[in-house]
Amino acid sequence: MKDSRGYRVFQIVNGVVLLGVVFVTLYPFLNIIAQSFSGETFIRAGQVNLVPLGFNTTTYQLVMGDETFWRSYGNTVLYTVVATAIAMLLTTTYAYVISKKGIRGRGLLIGIAVFTMFFNGGLIPNYVLISSLGLTNSIWAIVLPNAISVFNLLVMKAFFENLPSELEEAAQIDGLSTYGILLRIVLPLSKAVIATMVLFYAVTFWNSWFQAFLYLNQQELFPVTIYLRNLIAGASTASSLGSGGGDLAQVASNVKAVTMVLTVLPILCVYPFIQRYFVSGVMLGSVKG
Amino acid sequence: MSLHEPTTAPDGARATGPEAATSAALAAKARKGDRAPKGRAKLSWRKSIRRDWQLYTLVLLPLAFFVIFRYLPMAGNVIAFRRFQPGGSIFGEEWVGLRYVEMFLNDPTFWNVFGNTLTIGLLSLIFAFPAPIILALLLNEVRTRYFKRFVQTLSYLPHFLSIVIIAGMLLQLLSLEGTVNQIVRAVGAEPVPFMQRPEWFRAVYISSEVWQTVGWGTILYLAALTQIDQSLYEAARIDGANRWKQTLHVTLPGIRPTMITLLILNIGTFMAVGFEKILLIYNPLTYPTADVIATYLYRVGLESNNFSYAAAIGMFEAIIGLTLILSANAISRRVVGTSLW
Repeated sequence: MKDSRGYRVFQIVNGVVLLGVVFVTLYPFLNIIAQSFSGETFIRAGQVNLVPLGFNTTTYQLVMGDETFWRSYGNTVLYTVVATAIAMLLTTTYAYVISKKGIRGRGLLIGIAVFTMFFNGGLIPNYVLISSLGLTNSIWAIVLPNAISVFNLLVMKAFFENLPSELEEAAQIDGLSTYGILLRIVLPLSKAVIATMVLFYAVTFWNSWFQAFLYLNQQELFPVTIYLRNLIAGASTASSLGSGGGDLAQVASNVKAVTMVLTVLPILCVYPFIQRYFVSGVMLGSVKG
Repeated sequence: MSLHEPTTAPDGARATGPEAATSAALAAKARKGDRAPKGRAKLSWRKSIRRDWQLYTLVLLPLAFFVIFRYLPMAGNVIAFRRFQPGGSIFGEEWVGLRYVEMFLNDPTFWNVFGNTLTIGLLSLIFAFPAPIILALLLNEVRTRYFKRFVQTLSYLPHFLSIVIIAGMLLQLLSLEGTVNQIVRAVGAEPVPFMQRPEWFRAVYISSEVWQTVGWGTILYLAALTQIDQSLYEAARIDGANRWKQTLHVTLPGIRPTMITLLILNIGTFMAVGFEKILLIYNPLTYPTADVIATYLYRVGLESNNFSYAAAIGMFEAIIGLTLILSANAISRRVVGTSLW
């Protein structure tokens, strides 16, 4: 089947448009990377776009020599690991139970989870609760309040429902307890979905900042997102001070770029390997009702 | 309550599509009907607990999570009607009736942020909702598989970034030395401090919103596109339809259920505009257009410590959100026969 001339023209235009989309998507990253290697005077003169001008790695050395930065980075790693572990424990157990068709009260358990997707307590009651539980300024304020994502829960439930029930029945006849079945039969069969869920949660926790912003006010507890947020906020106050704050703003803009690069770096490194798991996770959640 | 599939298309091909979409949730809730095990009498609670007690123990921890971190705050909303003392009971001290509700109804700032929320929500719906559809349709026309993959993979990238990074990038790109102002200067115009200008805020917000969400949003549409019956295209070709006509009469109807599902979800989250992003990129200069209900109640509640007042506003917002999603769903069920539940 031969294409019409109009359609062939469209194909070319389409290709160009899509390349444009790719360029626009990538540009902010390339710009930040270029700035992170650039000399201060060039950024200040508004000359840096895609190529670093006045190439140097001084700013990297500066940021990487900053103890506060590394402590924040370490905190992010710690919060991400602990939060993901808790999230996986809670999500897996709940998903496993609500995937069991025969269990009494299943509808209620599903309803309890799903309702929270549509209605939530809101900022103030949550804040009041966390404060009165005494979680402020502790890791628990970060890792507990968002331990279950209902979307992830439903993805896992869908996966468990699709596992062949014969294996579990056989294991039951062999005298394995429910815990045994879950640990030795179901989980080993669910490596794919577990990996996907770990990634979903880990990326969310790695990127999160608001929880920490609300509940942590000691610098040694800050995750790197808050470190960065404070840099950004600080820089904008400095630049609004006018000429007097000019130097300060300039340094911050350079440092900001480096901090941003270092914060995204882990995600960019694993991105090519993990993105298809995300896509398959989304599909898993959508195709199964 | 049952999942309403398009009444016009009872054939499986269309109904099983990702129309249940992101809302696996909704559908799960909806299928109450087919849940009861068939052919087996329902056990009494006592017998089920004896039989399944190990399963029930597994549920205790997550259930505690839901009760403490989800349902307690919901109940905590009563402080909207009660006087609250920091450090006191999370449910407040004494009833004050509708005092706080009246307070925000008479608060001109509230109506200003209410209007801003509606404007930003509406603009997001107009621009950020169709963008992934258009991108998916364009990607669908690409013949080279590797090129398609390449574009897709890169377009997902912003979805994985922390909102703090996105805010940082925005502030850099739009600063006086940033790329946008480099272009402005290149065409000979006066540089604009975009982040300080209220008239620019909406454009900044919406365009960055599109940038963040467009690629990721294509996933469900592309999946729906692959499910369209290829013979429909052949039939259309035989009838003399060109590619554009085919898109109009085969492709678009094919992804309609997905579009409607996502539209309902979008309308449902209409009021929940990107609060975290706004909190990071707005400043007192841009409040006139940037301040939304969520940011206002954040300042009222957590910066000025008017917890009850802020809780009243928050509840109002949540109720509107719930009403919106329920009505969007009802309308869509009436009019087009597709609904979430």
